[in-house]
Amino acid sequence: MVTTIGILGAGRVGSAIARTALASGYAVHIAGSGPAEDIQLIVDIVTPGAVAMTAAEVAATSDLVVLAVPMHKFRSVDPTSLAGRLVLDTMNYWQPIDGQLDEFAGDQRGSSEVVAEYFAGARLVKTLNHIGYHDLETDARPAGAADRHALAIAGDADAASVVAEVIERFGFDAVYAGPLEAGVAFEPGSPVFGGRHTAAELTTELERAAQESEAA
Amino acid sequence: MEIGAYSFGDTPLNPDGSPRSTAEGIRNLFDAIVAADRAGLDYFGIGEHHTVSMPASSPGALIAAAAAATSQIILGSAASIISTDDPVRVFQQLATADAISGGGRVEITAGRGSSVETFPLFGYDLADYDRLYAEKLDLLMTINESPTETVSWSGTVRPTLDELAVVPRPVAGRLPIWLATGGNAASSARAGKLGLPVSYGIIGGEPHRFAPLTELYRRSAAQAGHTENIKVSVATFGLVAPTKQEALDRFYPGWHNLNVEMGRLRGWGAPDRRQYLAQSHAPGAYYVGDPDDVAERIVHLHGYLGHMRHFLQGDLGGLPHEHLLESLTLLATEVKPRVARLLAAK
Repeated sequence: MVTTIGILGAGRVGSAIARTALASGYAVHIAGSGPAEDIQLIVDIVTPGAVAMTAAEVAATSDLVVLAVPMHKFRSVDPTSLAGRLVLDTMNYWQPIDGQLDEFAGDQRGSSEVVAEYFAGARLVKTLNHIGYHDLETDARPAGAADRHALAIAGDADAASVVAEVIERFGFDAVYAGPLEAGVAFEPGSPVFGGRHTAAELTTELERAAQESEAA
Repeated sequence: MEIGAYSFGDTPLNPDGSPRSTAEGIRNLFDAIVAADRAGLDYFGIGEHHTVSMPASSPGALIAAAAAATSQIILGSAASIISTDDPVRVFQQLATADAISGGGRVEITAGRGSSVETFPLFGYDLADYDRLYAEKLDLLMTINESPTETVSWSGTVRPTLDELAVVPRPVAGRLPIWLATGGNAASSARAGKLGLPVSYGIIGGEPHRFAPLTELYRRSAAQAGHTENIKVSVATFGLVAPTKQEALDRFYPGWHNLNVEMGRLRGWGAPDRRQYLAQSHAPGAYYVGDPDDVAERIVHLHGYLGHMRHFLQGDLGGLPHEHLLESLTLLATEVKPRVARLLAAK
């Protein structure tokens, strides 16, 4: 069971996830890239209630570690620190933002599979990559609300089910897409990416994507 | 409260949706700035952009021309993409415009660039994004703060300046330099630490959620001992029309066109009219409405951010030019006095 969520990255995405997690009743540990005193002030004001730490401390003290660093910087995170940990990959390879990153552009696999190779030993789950960071806070709804949106999760089924509970508590229906390679169905350029879907609509989109990838 | 407008340039469209000439877009923009000055608007910002639909790639040239043709409006880049330009050239261009304006009406807003067109265009590597921005901002500030014409600076991203003249000097000695940010907390902390006024570009979500960022900015400035020049401005989408319904109807087609184009570039789905309408009403990010509505929402946001300038981008996706001109006039003659009255009554 997850009680403490650790966040690597205190940018717009990391901050929005931190506030959402705090509002959902989780303890939040957060690390950024700047000097420690900058991070402390940022955390005090922008994500009040979260605890500022080094990345290593965040990795060691959290039940779930959220990767929310810019994609071109993911190798700045020490992979040994995440070995055996449950890790949520929110990142995208987004060419208009990241420019050309050959390790992704030259790889047929989804970006999370490339990331997972680097974090070998971590239990990597992909989600929260296909919702805008400001929508995360404004679109959250209680379970059963008619206008509640759904978010897709890809990864090992056991790890994904733990993350699904977190997503539900954040205020979204969780839809399991399948193993990590199914994550391509909600990467940039897919109909799911950046859209708003109910659980039924999202399930339909993911099934369609699965059929298309089988046919290909 | 200063009320203004900004634009990235907006290439007009033919009835079949095909683009007209980019030169026409630039001429329209120039005419709009002159009209805004005559109507009494406080500020006009030219945002550096490099796409066919948004062709205002050269703020310095436009601002210099506008400086000669206007008399009271403050002109600025909003923003110059400092990461991929040469700060010496940016400073020279805007200082030239300042001289033409008679002095005191030209500003620079330095941004990092949220879209990456300028990196291949000018031969930079996106991997150097952070270093380019930090060093070039430092150089721009060094030139601006220099008490004489001669400037010395060294760094890793461009050749050293060893006591070289950078002219013309601004009429008042310095140009106001703002730091532009889209809401990354570290950027607010950076602006405060450097003692620069900060300009928030808010293009989605609920703008009042930027309140913690303005607090972070002000606290960072106070911690670094900066007391002067600690100012916040806000740039948002927005269009004013005689009625709310007209404003919604006029702004929507361009918003739709922009989102189709951005969706194609960035892999988003089709634009959603419900989202548009949600964002166009309080507390959304689009200041699209009649003068009462827009004034009330600017004042509401002021309660959270304490900003001293709010400026709107209305000419998106082929907005008919006359709708932009009417919006600028209404902003100056109807919205601005309402904002002043509402703030005075608080």
